[in-house]
Amino acid sequence: MPTKISRRDLLKSFATLPVVGGLFYKALQKEQHNKQLQKSLSKIIKIDFNSINHATHSESSGKKIRLGIIGYGSRGKMIMNSAGFLHPDDISIFKQSFQENNKDKRYEELMQTEKLNIEFNGICDIYDPHAEFGIIAGNNSEKLTDKSKLQPIKRYKTYKELIAAKDIDAVIIATPDHWHAPMIIEAAKHGKHVYSEKCMTRTLEETFAVRNSVLNSKITFQLGHQNRQFDSYNLAAKLIKEKKILGDISLIQTNTNRNTPWGAWIYPIPEIASRKNIDWEQFIGSTNFSEFSLEKFFRWRLWWDYGTGLTGDMLTHEYDCINQVMEIGIPDTVMSSGGIYYHKDGREVPDVFNALMEYKDQDLTLMYSASLASGKYRPRTLMGTDGSMELSNGFTVSVDDHSQKYSKEIEQGIIDTSNPVYSYVPGAEKVDAITSASTKYFAKRGLTYTYRNGKQHDTTYLHLKEWLDAIRLGTQPSCNIDRGFEEAITAHMATISYREGKKVYWNKDKEQLTMNN
Amino acid sequence: MKNLEKSQITVLVLLRIIIGWHFAYEGLAKLFDTKWSAYFYLLESKGWFQETFMNMAMNTNLMLIIDPLIKWGLLLIGLSLILGFLTKYAKMAGLCMLFFFWLSHPPFIGYEYSLPFEGHYLIFDKNSVEFFAILVLMFFPTEQIIGLQRLANYFLEKWRQNNANKNQ
Repeated sequence: MPTKISRRDLLKSFATLPVVGGLFYKALQKEQHNKQLQKSLSKIIKIDFNSINHATHSESSGKKIRLGIIGYGSRGKMIMNSAGFLHPDDISIFKQSFQENNKDKRYEELMQTEKLNIEFNGICDIYDPHAEFGIIAGNNSEKLTDKSKLQPIKRYKTYKELIAAKDIDAVIIATPDHWHAPMIIEAAKHGKHVYSEKCMTRTLEETFAVRNSVLNSKITFQLGHQNRQFDSYNLAAKLIKEKKILGDISLIQTNTNRNTPWGAWIYPIPEIASRKNIDWEQFIGSTNFSEFSLEKFFRWRLWWDYGTGLTGDMLTHEYDCINQVMEIGIPDTVMSSGGIYYHKDGREVPDVFNALMEYKDQDLTLMYSASLASGKYRPRTLMGTDGSMELSNGFTVSVDDHSQKYSKEIEQGIIDTSNPVYSYVPGAEKVDAITSASTKYFAKRGLTYTYRNGKQHDTTYLHLKEWLDAIRLGTQPSCNIDRGFEEAITAHMATISYREGKKVYWNKDKEQLTMNN
Repeated sequence: MKNLEKSQITVLVLLRIIIGWHFAYEGLAKLFDTKWSAYFYLLESKGWFQETFMNMAMNTNLMLIIDPLIKWGLLLIGLSLILGFLTKYAKMAGLCMLFFFWLSHPPFIGYEYSLPFEGHYLIFDKNSVEFFAILVLMFFPTEQIIGLQRLANYFLEKWRQNNANKNQ
């Protein structure tokens, strides 16, 4: 060991120090470049994330709301599950699955879900096994796993008896489409609040009748487009309407692609189902007479007498999303086409369907395209002169190559048109102008849940909560009767156009529908 | 180390500096981005420890520790590699980090990630390559020759000698 440090030692010791200087210099230079980009973009797109309307109230306080549910099939059960009322057997399955494999979060989420301050006092389902399951689930507010501790709630044989019950304030309707209108009208007549599944009605005439009865009552009506609760839609609405980031939007493409038996409405028929445990007469109601058919009962969406096909089931979701974001209302004209091209199983409704909805005053075409014989993912895309948006639970915004609004930024290299400039990922509570690769991919992928205050929530739960809050506060929920009217008229215009093979016109002033000959 | 040729030492030092640069800038970029979090990366985990990594992501309190640990960890490891100071510990920490990055996203057959890799990998990815590069540096501690460790060693030795003299 030398007694003194040599110059050579010092040089070798500090040889790499300049590299650190270089690193910080270049890193700061890059950061400055990024900040400049961000600043330039922020000037164009200003977003206050906190300004998005969250339609929630922290607590379900006030009076307990007493509910009845009509229809406890697959969707009815889902709604009741979302409301926190499950059959003990189902909770046991969730619990067991959670204990065996804690990746299954259903049990944990169920136990953590905030209670809605409701009770179920009645159920009506015309298929006995469903009703018998539901009467136990309806009393399980404490989320018990032992059914022997639960008394069943009352089962009503007809919806009229349930609606008339004195201990029921509000009803959830989750029946086949042909029953929505008579039930909503009956509930409105009795002053019972309604949460109804979509499509709001099965026919054009019913749509007017339903609107009249709801408007002439004091009830709070919510249509079951739970996607209204997506934060991405609220934020997209702000960006499009207030900031006009896409420029003039003249074309919107929305799609449905499914390629499974369930997606094509070939629902399973339980082995135990028979004429003995199904009230067939009540099922067909005032529609055309039909002999008893298990297929018609369980796969009702395949027939025009009971369902509304792709228009009522899927187009309505797409339409309502765009109506929420852009408030487009009812189209001036609709022209539809399609056919039964793959599922030649005796169904009446098409499995490939396309509709063109024109909005003359708004200089806009809304396209809807669906296939039940291909699962190819096609993003819902809003196309404007300055950019386009792919919108789902999250969204991405890309700037158009030939945008005039952003031409300077494109020229200066601030905006890269080949990549999204803007992405929103639910739960991230942020919007990146300079989008990281991971953010982009998550925005595209979309998630099943939306987020409120950093918590994951099932959108059906949020939609129910919004309805219950509106009942308590005397306010209007987001998918009220006016939105329902627009949704149903639009869907029926598309159906009528398909079935008649004609272009259908809507007269706004007279609220009349006509067709060309 | 003494038997190495000058050119061999030069290349090894360059390797150390470049890995250090990569680590340090990864850290800096994450520190500059105030919204950065390992949350999504962890949520996308696959493989043997998928559950553990996902649980980490879901634990808000834990993420409050993990995020800064990754950001500052990357920066400090990087600076240590470049400067050649306390490099032995930095190399060990770097190996741990890279091992965990690989473990949470192993490129095994059948594993798809929504954030695709920019290249094509099978079993070994760029993290594993960097891991083994650091392992090479563990066996060739060039910081003893080029780096602050050389100076530190000098003072350390001097201090030891002084202590030994006092005890005598």
